[in-house]
Amino acid sequence: MILTNIDSVPGRPIVQHFGLVQGSTIRAKHFGRDFAAGLKNIVGGELKGYTELLQESRAQATSRMVEQARELGANAVINVRFTTSSVAQGASEILAYGTAVSVE
Amino acid sequence: MSVELLISLGIPVLLIVVGRIVGSRIERRHYESIIEREALFGDQPAFSTKQFDAPIPVRAASLAVGSVVVSVDHFKRFISSFRMMFGGEVRSYSSLIDRARREAVLRMKESQPDAHAYLNTRLETSTISSTSSNEGIGTIEVLAYGTAVHYDRAP
Repeated sequence: MILTNIDSVPGRPIVQHFGLVQGSTIRAKHFGRDFAAGLKNIVGGELKGYTELLQESRAQATSRMVEQARELGANAVINVRFTTSSVAQGASEILAYGTAVSVE
Repeated sequence: MSVELLISLGIPVLLIVVGRIVGSRIERRHYESIIEREALFGDQPAFSTKQFDAPIPVRAASLAVGSVVVSVDHFKRFISSFRMMFGGEVRSYSSLIDRARREAVLRMKESQPDAHAYLNTRLETSTISSTSSNEGIGTIEVLAYGTAVHYDRAP
């Protein structure tokens, strides 16, 4: 499965369009990480626990999108976009969406 | 009575002092590492455009993603609370955002280290809210993503 965030897959012409595919996940932070991040907040810098958490969620959203594209018979997803929105205190939704296509 | 006062006043001051000393050291070291790694990727540019004139045909393309979550230290949070009273540019926060963006772009490049260029690079910033009321202030996530392209052979 090829993913790009431009309108095409360079060097490989598109033969069929399948339309929009998307994958999303809503994640909450757990208490331990929140506590550690609270301590790290004093000195600033990177909060590795949160970075990892968001990376995991984004990977899951992406794989759900890829799964949907695979079911349609696509072999690439173009114009992939990521968005994040907070649905509640301490929980956020991560959405990945794109256009499923079939390329040569 | 005086001990109570000392504790209630001393802890916030201590946190601010620790934040100032350790925070600025962390920031300096982070900038050093950013500058060093940016030099490594000097000939692999990131474009914000979707199209560019590739010198030679493109062999493969794939998605490159990088993200980072950073927060400001207590000293800067304290300074900025004064700034919020009078308005104007909050300089103490701009170095935080700058660090986060450059780090995210670097991580995007590092996720596909052998690509020749990165097209349509997008930067997204979101604030992280915390379960406890205002701890989330000054904590942001920056996401950078783009299409990594590989040329047919090295230019």
